[in-house]
Amino acid sequence: MSTTELLQRAAGLFPGEVVTTAHVRHLDLPLRAGKLALITLDNGFDHTKPTTFGPGSLAKLSEALDQVEAEAAAGRVVAVAITGKPFIFAVGADLKGVELLTEHSDALAIGKGGHDVFKRIAALPVPSFAFYNGAAMGGGVEVGLHCTYRTVSAGVPAFSLPEVFLGLVPGWGGCTLLPNLIGPAKAVKVIIENSMAQNKQLKGKDVFELGIADAIFEPADFLEQSLLWAAKVLTGGVAVEREEFDRGKAWDDAVLWGRWVADAKVHGAAPAAYKALDIIQQVKDGDLQAGFDAEDAALADLIMSGELRAGLYAFNLVQRRAKRPFGAPDKSLARPVSKVGVVGAGLMASQLALLFARRLEVPVVLTDIDQQRIDKGVGYVHAEIDKLLDKGRIGKDKANKLKGLVSGHLDKAVAFGDADFVIEAVFEEMGVKQKVFAELEAVVSPTAVLATNTSSLSVTEMASELRHPERVVGFHFFNPVAILPLLEIVRAEQTDDASLATAFGVAKKLKKTAVLAKDAPAFVVNRILTRFMGEIQGIIDEGTPFETVEAAVKPLGLPMSPIALLELVGPAIALHVSETLHGAFPERFAVSANLGKVVEAGKRGFYTWQDGAQVLDPEVLALLTFGDSVLTEEQVRARALEAVAQEIGLMLEEGVVGEAQDIDLCMITGAGWPFHLGGITPYLDREGVSERVNGKKFLAPGLASVPA
Amino acid sequence: MPRTARDVVFVDGVRTPFGKAGPKGIYHETRADDLVVKCIRELVRRNPSLPVERIDEVAVAATTQIGDQGLTIGRTAALLSGLPKSVPGYAIDRMCAGAMTAVTTTAGGIAFGAYDVVVAGGVEHMGRHPMGEGVDPNPRFVSEKLVDESALFMGMTAENLHDRFPHITKERCDAFAVRSQEKAAKAYANGDIQPDLVPIAVRNTNPEVGETGWGLATVDEPLRPGTTMESLAGLKTPFRPHGNVTAGNAAGLNDGATASLLAAEDVARELGLPVKMRLVSYAFAGVEPEVMGIGPVPATEKALAKAGLTIDDIGAFEVNEAFAVQVLAFLDHYGIADDDERVNPYGGAIAFGHPLASSGVRLMTQLARRFEQRPDVRYGITTMCIGFGMGGTVIWENPHFEGGK
Repeated sequence: MSTTELLQRAAGLFPGEVVTTAHVRHLDLPLRAGKLALITLDNGFDHTKPTTFGPGSLAKLSEALDQVEAEAAAGRVVAVAITGKPFIFAVGADLKGVELLTEHSDALAIGKGGHDVFKRIAALPVPSFAFYNGAAMGGGVEVGLHCTYRTVSAGVPAFSLPEVFLGLVPGWGGCTLLPNLIGPAKAVKVIIENSMAQNKQLKGKDVFELGIADAIFEPADFLEQSLLWAAKVLTGGVAVEREEFDRGKAWDDAVLWGRWVADAKVHGAAPAAYKALDIIQQVKDGDLQAGFDAEDAALADLIMSGELRAGLYAFNLVQRRAKRPFGAPDKSLARPVSKVGVVGAGLMASQLALLFARRLEVPVVLTDIDQQRIDKGVGYVHAEIDKLLDKGRIGKDKANKLKGLVSGHLDKAVAFGDADFVIEAVFEEMGVKQKVFAELEAVVSPTAVLATNTSSLSVTEMASELRHPERVVGFHFFNPVAILPLLEIVRAEQTDDASLATAFGVAKKLKKTAVLAKDAPAFVVNRILTRFMGEIQGIIDEGTPFETVEAAVKPLGLPMSPIALLELVGPAIALHVSETLHGAFPERFAVSANLGKVVEAGKRGFYTWQDGAQVLDPEVLALLTFGDSVLTEEQVRARALEAVAQEIGLMLEEGVVGEAQDIDLCMITGAGWPFHLGGITPYLDREGVSERVNGKKFLAPGLASVPA
Repeated sequence: MPRTARDVVFVDGVRTPFGKAGPKGIYHETRADDLVVKCIRELVRRNPSLPVERIDEVAVAATTQIGDQGLTIGRTAALLSGLPKSVPGYAIDRMCAGAMTAVTTTAGGIAFGAYDVVVAGGVEHMGRHPMGEGVDPNPRFVSEKLVDESALFMGMTAENLHDRFPHITKERCDAFAVRSQEKAAKAYANGDIQPDLVPIAVRNTNPEVGETGWGLATVDEPLRPGTTMESLAGLKTPFRPHGNVTAGNAAGLNDGATASLLAAEDVARELGLPVKMRLVSYAFAGVEPEVMGIGPVPATEKALAKAGLTIDDIGAFEVNEAFAVQVLAFLDHYGIADDDERVNPYGGAIAFGHPLASSGVRLMTQLARRFEQRPDVRYGITTMCIGFGMGGTVIWENPHFEGGK
């Protein structure tokens, strides 16, 4: 099939595409360098709807190339250049189109279609230039890689090849051209390392320093200076030199390093990074066409894979759903929050105070039972602000302002009398919390929202003895609070819409991903993690060796094994939560006697370090007793996942969250569960666990899977 | 405290190519502030020996100071140009003589010792800000007959000037306009204009206007090479039925910006900056608003008197061609021939365009070019008429003058 036919067929599959036009305009270059055909990629919308490449857009670019190719051949233009609309160069393939693909041959066509069009740029009889004027990602970056030369604006805020992050490979030339342009080590950094580090973006300066762009200009007159530079290149005033790199062992080492990075992140569980590395390895010989063919094949396989569909689903969750929390009341009901109170001045309370002060920029007052604790808490916050100042993250004025905002007072009436939002972070015990709320109610205004950071207690019960229980919400952060995006907002039985809306408003200002949860034991993340870890613990207690358990969960690509997570959370807290859940659901949540012994012995976990390696702590092992039921890796994995599937099924029945998507959003943003699992329910669906346990899938077909 | 006035020099000047105002103009989708910002950046780039923190003021003129020409455009343009935050700026308005006033006012500050180096320029995007946008003339102007209503419409004041000087015929004006176009075309062919133009990236999203996407403006859009008496003869006279003023013998409605670098002469020498012209004197004068076009005459008289010079000492003239009749009235006053080679040798606003508050610096860059090419000329003037009945004149000395050898 010809490129045009391929693209027409693909365009037919994607009628809703926002088509990017490739406008061709001719201009006289400075320095009498001749006529340039400048192609502007523009989808006709402003920068809030970035330019993308779907099949229709590729067809438009192909048409533009027909024109400039003929002009170049006829000697009517001396060069061709590509740039973007204001603030945006192009942000790559249209992912909505990718989601619609159901046939391997169509997936192959997308890859091949892009290659066929982009390759024509390199094949032009005149030099070509890419002027990266704004955000460039994926296929946007790649279209420029096919050009002879590149300039970049120092104002480019985001430049990346995010394919591996999503579950793809840079398949329109990225895997092949980038290592051949900047060398394998830097290419691996961009394609693998950055992509797998939460899709880290490069800035214009980095693009230049990495050698992706040959010149960098300030944004104020970027295009003018790029054109002048192009004129100098064409007239010999500027000679572009490219770095030479070792195509021997250093190349292999760079790819090996990439594999190490990938293993550390996904433990072999997601295929994209490995496929990209295979191609980078392959193009060591400089055979570009072979590289492009390998990209096509890899892209087609990945597009039809469940991992990619789960990745796109996860991407949509964190990019879209996170911005419009499901089930949140109308935001117009939210009351303004111009002062925040924090009950307690311990570490958690201090961290919360810092977060509130930084994000809300309103006065934050801490209280505690004595002045010494208060001083320590305020001192901690002030010291953290100084650290931000020292690191250059904030200026001196801002540091002064933030310090001025955070204070402490022993008298709750003085501290909280005019606060609009008071959060408690005191000892995790119902009686203590109820007492705190009663004291608060006596001093705060009638409309002040009272929030609790409890991770496992009933918010409804906590509010039950108040005169105004409707103002109480759960506000459950995840440690470390400054880093993990998730905030579970808990609606207790009597919580009213205004208080809940206020809580969501605060969450938004805190830049947290807020998910609405029902007041159910341990809410969302902790309930699923505890069930998962409980099952694992049970398997260990019954006699399966630690190593088997570790190996069994490895293919999931979780950020850490359940046993390592136990250490991070702390055995005491894990035990406490499991006791809470055991109290609620004794048939599914056991309390491990072995875990109890670890806590009793004051140990931090099952492992210890010996000669630089992690080994089972013999002192801990001596405390434990095991059964004699030994499972295989497959059996361990099946049992653990079935438990998770069952628990999620029950949670959805109970209405703990509105939809399965919220479970996944929580697991991604609160537990760091990976994109390629789509959180967890796409994986459970894909592996057949959901149907085995619950008789049905969690998600509708196509939502996080290849549509049937 | 004893003071010594310092000599002020014109270091350098640049401008954007001028565009036609309106939806088909090259700058229809370009902001006014961006135009002047690109001029300032080019000035800085062209003069790398100038430490930018030494710039003491950025004075930018605009007639309609709202929207992208508002917000104290001298300060915002300084920030947008990437000049250090320590460099202040302000906005200036004297209608058509905005940039000229930016130059004279800051030059006064240099002479006084308040500044060492300044940026002075102007911008007018008459497409985004049509003449008269947002004006609110005091009703007393009419009720007390302070001025005739025609004083508010520049084209009408030009017709009024024809009434005052009936010997300046439409034919003379058209002939002057034809010569302006011819001289401009020749200047372009000789490369006398391009070195001071800042190419501007321009976007067009309207297919009815032409090729869409990003382009580059490198040439004045209003130019009409090949203009003949015949082609001008039939043009309409929009300001008066059977009148004399046409789109052909007047400057159009335009978009554009200019910027110049001025310095105390000793500072320019210290920093190794070029000296293209030396300021001799300047003056502004008022006339009846109904015949504002005569303004350059009293302004020039005043400036000459202050300099102790006579018109015979002036070897080069850059007279703004808002209207041919106004230039001819000036030339007649001094007995200078319509086609005197000292006057507007590269053509004038009739050919290049006249984006109101930016034009003053265009006159200066062209005079500087003339000085460079004619070391036999010692003094030159830049002069222009100004709305509401004013004129402004700046007299410059040629640093390349070779003593009449």
